[in-house]
Amino acid sequence: MSTFWSVWVIVIVLGTIFGCAWLLLATRKGQTNDTETENTTGHSYDGIEEYDNPLPKWWFYLYLGTCVFALGYLALYPGLGNYEGLLGWTSTNQWEAEVQEAEEKYGPIYAQFGETAIPELAQNEDAMKIGQRLFANNCSVCHGTAARGQVGFPNLTDDDWLWGGEPEQILHTLVNGRQGNMTPKGVMPNMTNEQVDQVVNYVLSFSGREKEAEAAEAGAAVFAQACAACHGADGKGMHAVGAPNLTDDIWLYGSTYEWIKETVVNGRQNQMPAQKGRLTDDQIHILAAYVYSLSN
Amino acid sequence: MKHETIEKNLGLMIVLIIITISGGFLAEVVPLFFHKEVNQPIEGLEPLNALELEGRDIYIREGCHVCHTQQIRPFRAETERYGHYSVAGEFVYDRPFLWGSKRTGPDLARVGGRYSDAWQRQHLFDPRSVVPESNMPAFPWLFENRADHGSIEARMKTLQTLGVPYTDEQIANAADELKGKFEIEALVAYLQQLGTVLSEKR
Repeated sequence: MSTFWSVWVIVIVLGTIFGCAWLLLATRKGQTNDTETENTTGHSYDGIEEYDNPLPKWWFYLYLGTCVFALGYLALYPGLGNYEGLLGWTSTNQWEAEVQEAEEKYGPIYAQFGETAIPELAQNEDAMKIGQRLFANNCSVCHGTAARGQVGFPNLTDDDWLWGGEPEQILHTLVNGRQGNMTPKGVMPNMTNEQVDQVVNYVLSFSGREKEAEAAEAGAAVFAQACAACHGADGKGMHAVGAPNLTDDIWLYGSTYEWIKETVVNGRQNQMPAQKGRLTDDQIHILAAYVYSLSN
Repeated sequence: MKHETIEKNLGLMIVLIIITISGGFLAEVVPLFFHKEVNQPIEGLEPLNALELEGRDIYIREGCHVCHTQQIRPFRAETERYGHYSVAGEFVYDRPFLWGSKRTGPDLARVGGRYSDAWQRQHLFDPRSVVPESNMPAFPWLFENRADHGSIEARMKTLQTLGVPYTDEQIANAADELKGKFEIEALVAYLQQLGTVLSEKR
């Protein structure tokens, strides 16, 4: 704040306080009586008169007290322009002190958990309690409070993984996030409607649910051309690109003919947001262990 | 000065009342107009593009700010949950501010990038399909209505008059950028940029 505005604020603030005090004292001084009497101010409006009594003493001193309090407050806290106050308080350093205090209290605990290997940490009850809370606050919005996921957001309690369920893979997913991207019609943009029907039937046949055996059979060739690059020739998926296993009857999107057709025709896009920076490294480590513990 | 003088001169009384009641405004608000920290954008802050601005207007129209604040206070409990506390320089192009005063839902000041676009769309279409305990209303019409490309130019010009540094080129292209877009796309674009400029996330 420039000196001008600093002075401006100081003058108005102090002026107001002293103005109030002056008003209080000045009006009292003009009073002819110090105690309650029957005297009136002399006004008479339609026969209604007004007693000329001073403010009750407790009230008067309460007012004066607020002026004194204000001056004391302004001496201790920043309120007068650039004057910082005797306590040196700011909202930022109060926050820093809070964070510092928490760091001293929880830091060593987190540090210890952060150094423990994930499979071992997953056995640690205290760490998993922290992990459960972190999960509830940060992950449950998509993956559900029970981590069972929902359409488009994977279930974390089964042992089917899009990007791999090894500790390092989970950690990588949490730290850097993931970009799930299935292009429409896979890598075969000119797929005809008939071929779509065939490949959907073929995908259904992995779980023995094909509508037409003949179409499913024909779909194998389409699958090999359009889908196998990511989902593998056997349809078992590929962790490196996040392509789901299509043979285990666990479905990220719907499992019906219509759902799968929709997926094939329009593709699917979704992201796992990166948590790096949002949470501390140790928190992410604990979360990885928690997610690991859900299926191990 | 006698009571009577003031009470019997309406003009004088009005002037004195104005002086009395404007003390707080003069001391607390007026200096901020000239205070660098609240007038200068933080590094990297750009005005909202046409799509995001339309999203912001939809945000206001649907009353999102009634239940969601956009201001993280400097308390550890808030910064742990929502991210780095809000700073004045993030809001210099916001007219009006959408800080809000009541949190029925969570603070959204740094919701940008926190969830995927797919999640935002699903959640706005049917909140309980992703968060069963949510009491947020559903906004299915955002998926049917087209963005209002007709008035975007005028809206951006108004903001330009108020000091938001839109270039004339941006304003000229605004309608084309919006044409054919659904309201949901605009709103999600707005939500996904909220609070993302500040480099510290915690």
